[in-house]
Amino acid sequence: MAQIFHRSFNVLSRVSIFGAVFFLAALAWVFGTLDRSPYVTNADVVREQPIPFSHRHHVAGLGIDCRYCHTSVETSAFAGIPPTKTCMNCHSQIWSDSPMLEPVRASFREDRPIRWTRVNDLPDFTYFNHSIHVTRGIGCVTCHGRVDQMPLTYQEHPLLMEWCLDCHRDPGQHVRPRGEVFNMSWEPPAEPLQVGRSPLPDHDARQATDCWTCHR
Amino acid sequence: MSGGPRDRLRIDVARARAAMAGRDGSPWRGLEEIAGTPEFEEFLHREFPHNASEWLDPAGRRDFLRLMAASLALAGFGACTRQPAETIVPYVQPPEEIVPGKPLYFATAMTMAGYSTGLLVESHMGRPTKVEGNPGHPASLGATDHFAQASVLTLYDPDRSQVVTHRGAISTWNGFLGALAADMQLRAASRGAGLRILTEQVGSPTLASLLRQVTALLPEARWHQYEPFAHETETRAARTAFGAPLHTWYRPQAAGVILSLDADLIGCGPGSLRYAREIASRRRAEAAGAGMSRLYVVESGMSVTGSVADHRLALAPSEIERFARALAAALGVIGPGDAPGLAPAHEAWLRPLAADLQRARGSSLVAAGPRQPAAVHVLTHAINERLGNVGATVIRTDPVLPDPDGGLPSLQTLVQDMDAGKVDTLIVIGGNPAYTAPAGLGFAASLSKVKLSIRLGLYDDETSALCGWHLPEAHFLEAWGDGRAFDGTAGIQQPLIAPLYSGRSAMELISAVLGRPGVTGHALVREQWRRARPEEPEASWRRWLHDGVIDGTRPPPRDAQVRAEALAGVAAAGPGPAPPQGDLEVVFLPDHGAWDGAFSNNGWLQELPRPITKLTWDNAALIAPATAERLGLASEDLAELTLDGRAVRVPVWIVPGMAPGAVELTLGYGRRRAGRIGTGPGYDACAVLPGSTARAYPGAALRGTRERYPLACTQTHHSMEGRGLVRWAPLSRYAEQPDFAHHQEHGGPGPELSMYREWKYDGYAWGMAIDLGACHGCNACVTACQSENNIPVVGKEQVMLGREMHWIRVDRYFEGSIDDPMVHHQPLPCMHCEHAPCEVVCPVAATTHSDEGLNQMVYNRCVGTRYCSNNCPYKVRRFNFLLYSDWTTPSLKMLRNPDVTVRSRGVMEKCTYCVQRINAARIDAKNEDRRIRDGEVTPACAQACPAQAIVFGDLNDPGSRVRRLKEMPLEYGLLDEINTRPRTTYLARVTNPHPEMPPPAAPEAGGHGEP
Repeated sequence: MAQIFHRSFNVLSRVSIFGAVFFLAALAWVFGTLDRSPYVTNADVVREQPIPFSHRHHVAGLGIDCRYCHTSVETSAFAGIPPTKTCMNCHSQIWSDSPMLEPVRASFREDRPIRWTRVNDLPDFTYFNHSIHVTRGIGCVTCHGRVDQMPLTYQEHPLLMEWCLDCHRDPGQHVRPRGEVFNMSWEPPAEPLQVGRSPLPDHDARQATDCWTCHR
Repeated sequence: MSGGPRDRLRIDVARARAAMAGRDGSPWRGLEEIAGTPEFEEFLHREFPHNASEWLDPAGRRDFLRLMAASLALAGFGACTRQPAETIVPYVQPPEEIVPGKPLYFATAMTMAGYSTGLLVESHMGRPTKVEGNPGHPASLGATDHFAQASVLTLYDPDRSQVVTHRGAISTWNGFLGALAADMQLRAASRGAGLRILTEQVGSPTLASLLRQVTALLPEARWHQYEPFAHETETRAARTAFGAPLHTWYRPQAAGVILSLDADLIGCGPGSLRYAREIASRRRAEAAGAGMSRLYVVESGMSVTGSVADHRLALAPSEIERFARALAAALGVIGPGDAPGLAPAHEAWLRPLAADLQRARGSSLVAAGPRQPAAVHVLTHAINERLGNVGATVIRTDPVLPDPDGGLPSLQTLVQDMDAGKVDTLIVIGGNPAYTAPAGLGFAASLSKVKLSIRLGLYDDETSALCGWHLPEAHFLEAWGDGRAFDGTAGIQQPLIAPLYSGRSAMELISAVLGRPGVTGHALVREQWRRARPEEPEASWRRWLHDGVIDGTRPPPRDAQVRAEALAGVAAAGPGPAPPQGDLEVVFLPDHGAWDGAFSNNGWLQELPRPITKLTWDNAALIAPATAERLGLASEDLAELTLDGRAVRVPVWIVPGMAPGAVELTLGYGRRRAGRIGTGPGYDACAVLPGSTARAYPGAALRGTRERYPLACTQTHHSMEGRGLVRWAPLSRYAEQPDFAHHQEHGGPGPELSMYREWKYDGYAWGMAIDLGACHGCNACVTACQSENNIPVVGKEQVMLGREMHWIRVDRYFEGSIDDPMVHHQPLPCMHCEHAPCEVVCPVAATTHSDEGLNQMVYNRCVGTRYCSNNCPYKVRRFNFLLYSDWTTPSLKMLRNPDVTVRSRGVMEKCTYCVQRINAARIDAKNEDRRIRDGEVTPACAQACPAQAIVFGDLNDPGSRVRRLKEMPLEYGLLDEINTRPRTTYLARVTNPHPEMPPPAAPEAGGHGEP
């Protein structure tokens, strides 16, 4: 009776058995990379907005403080998106004829809110609070990047849980003096702050990484 | 499927009695347990009750495999969705005071049966989401009842009426106002002849003054009030006794001896939250000692008040009057010749009671319930006078309600007028008289004779169906108003949100009747109080709004005396003839969930286990075990109840401790037009409600039909096999052995013996103490938790499978004989064990332990193995077997607490100690660079509790109240012997029985396994 399988199948089967390990590893790597890629995390992706608002112009160019628009960032979970009224404080006087700003004026005229697309959007089961991060000396730049250099706003970091936990476990290198939180160009001293010398002597890494700190 | 819950065995009383004889004195949960039915045994031995986890659809193995294969293949991809782009919609003009992400609280008030309770309502960006009590309001003191908690669900109920209809066709407000104006011109021409306005019991001063303006302007017009559970008998009795309709309220805190004659002081009625707080203040663990009060209850059913009494005497309704007369005679209020003789057992009960009341002169309290005839109320007034209680524990004031005579007589007059053709225009405001009016009155038939009938109501219900015009009413959270508390303190009802469905309030409608249709509720209320308090500046109005109460509005005590001739008249009249032996007397009660039908369409209240029966989604005819035995009935038998020639088919439920011969029916069920939830369940008790002002009717017959009707009872779910879970002792034993609770343990390993790793809690250590002496099982905690934590409703079928989702349940145990048992209530949230058995078995680490001792449940990690629930000794974990939460109805999205995840199918959930509140407090404290203060974090259950039975706090804070309570010798942990080290522990109940009274149960039987 003739052989069913040709001799070459010996090699083929060995290759495929050992190859499966590499194949699975490769698959895991592909998924891992895909999961962290901007395709999934939306990092570095500029979102289309009803008005091409430039943070670079308003922050770097005009020197407007973050809190002029994001009023509740120090007191509430939500930093606050400026109401149309805030835009009109200036734009009723300057650039009041600019066609680019027509949606703002229309909103104000017709009492119809502007619908912005969320840029930094956490999943709904994650309860982030701005006020506590500001109080504890996490600068805006730490999470949002150099917003003052963004002509159009995008999400700087992947906002994955591992990224949050890096800092919750050891915030020392990210913490800055309370007065520098809104400073876009603050540079840490040459020697990075360590936990214990940081403004967070009472930071409890275990509490800060408890599930219910962010999920509930 | 076989052996499903629908094939339950009949549990007959004789069998239970036989089983009872062979038992030790340990507590029991229901007749199923003592009868030891196979079905009950199975309940115990399964993680979830019967069929909770079985494949219920009629699909075979192949279908199952096919579906499983497909699910497995697709499951992995479920997580592969990219997050959809979301929008942020800021304001155009920011409203004052709103900080996005921070809730605001507004004071308002909820009125039930004429009396209002002050509330503080949490509002997120203009959406009211959670109701709390107003600590500054005398009727609340910060507590709420389950009705107030659930009212926010009624507000967002998608079944509420949303449009004006005229003869069933959609119309508009302007269309209606035109028709009204035309009709009012006709009415004005005849000085209002033919105009009738029917309201519920009105408590609002503004609405009453508007209605009086109508009757002043149109003298022939009439204003009627009908409220199925009004307090008309009390008013009538007050007129007899004092010659004026005086109002009576109590100060139980000042009372050392309290006797309730069928009065459910802490269960329902005006002031019940306040009374619950005051009564508990002298019965809780901290009060156990010389100053403890003693509570006697004489009643026919088993009420919440009766369930916590030191001594409870179950008497048929008609016997309570005889008892009251005998007591009055014993105290010398009426002559001994005027009192009927009592049965020897009752006589033996009365003598020590009378002596106790005498001893506590000036600090005792006798209260009669609204179902008692006027004679009992007159006698009670006289008894309190004789005991020197008036002014101390009993306060008499001028009437609090604008017109306290509303009730059945008023409705009877209206029906007569309608039948006589005297009514051309009828405006029905609120209520639902077509459903709640007694069947004998024929209200519905008379209503059809009215030419123009107008109905303002929250729902397009039975009454609306009979009226020409239906107008959507604004919910109390949508409308301006005012009201008076049980003690007369006035408060403003502030709206939290603009009407969702273009509803208008009663006062706005009456204003339209007066020819001023455009006037807002705000203007009307403001005008009323400007007139009532002309000297007050505008700032006072703002303070009243902020505080929720108007200072200085509580009427001063009146020094009134019971008139001698009134008392003589009552004494001479004597009690009615004793009903024949074996007679059945029917008592009509408001339902604990549906009330009189006003909350029939409220799922939270439908699914709320009733305090004593633990029934959900249905009402039943409640009868005593002895009655069931005599009639050959068992629980869940469908019987035919006949009263005054009218019959209704009702399921029967046996309640241990009820008076033989009494049948309790509750209203609010058998609705024909209530909405998707309220239409259908239960039977209509109004169909046999006779048209008289009594509330207890003799001469009923109850006959089995050989049919069965399954009832959804949570009583037997999650049983814990009687391991001395509830511990209690009389005061005398507590004095000798303050740590008696620890002598009722089963033994077991010491705390040092554990396989779990030790953990040091050096930050906060959250813990809870629940005082079993204060808890009275009112369910406010359950509804508060449901509201705070977005807990879904599952429906009757799912409850029968044991899938109810309440994070906190109130277990009810009976102890002693089935005819006269003692009752214990035990609220059971998650124990947050330090050595939590649930955590170690989770394969995906979805339940873990926090640094502060919280047993965390992470929904987004849970894959639904349910191992944790299987391993939980307390059975406090709840699994979303189906997609219970409503993710689609727009109005219900507004109801959700934005700080808590809405859970989806396949996820385990459980009590979190309201971690969202802990986190909020922690962030506030860290922002201010301090520690969280004691009392700053209050979970929803503790906040709602009228008796303050639940105390929460930081165990590491030596000054915290919870720490002090936990250091009491009464403290014990549930199932201590298995060494789970629960963070939720209990304070054993101390009772204060009279030494000369026959004890309700052997006091030593408070637990077994005693050394």
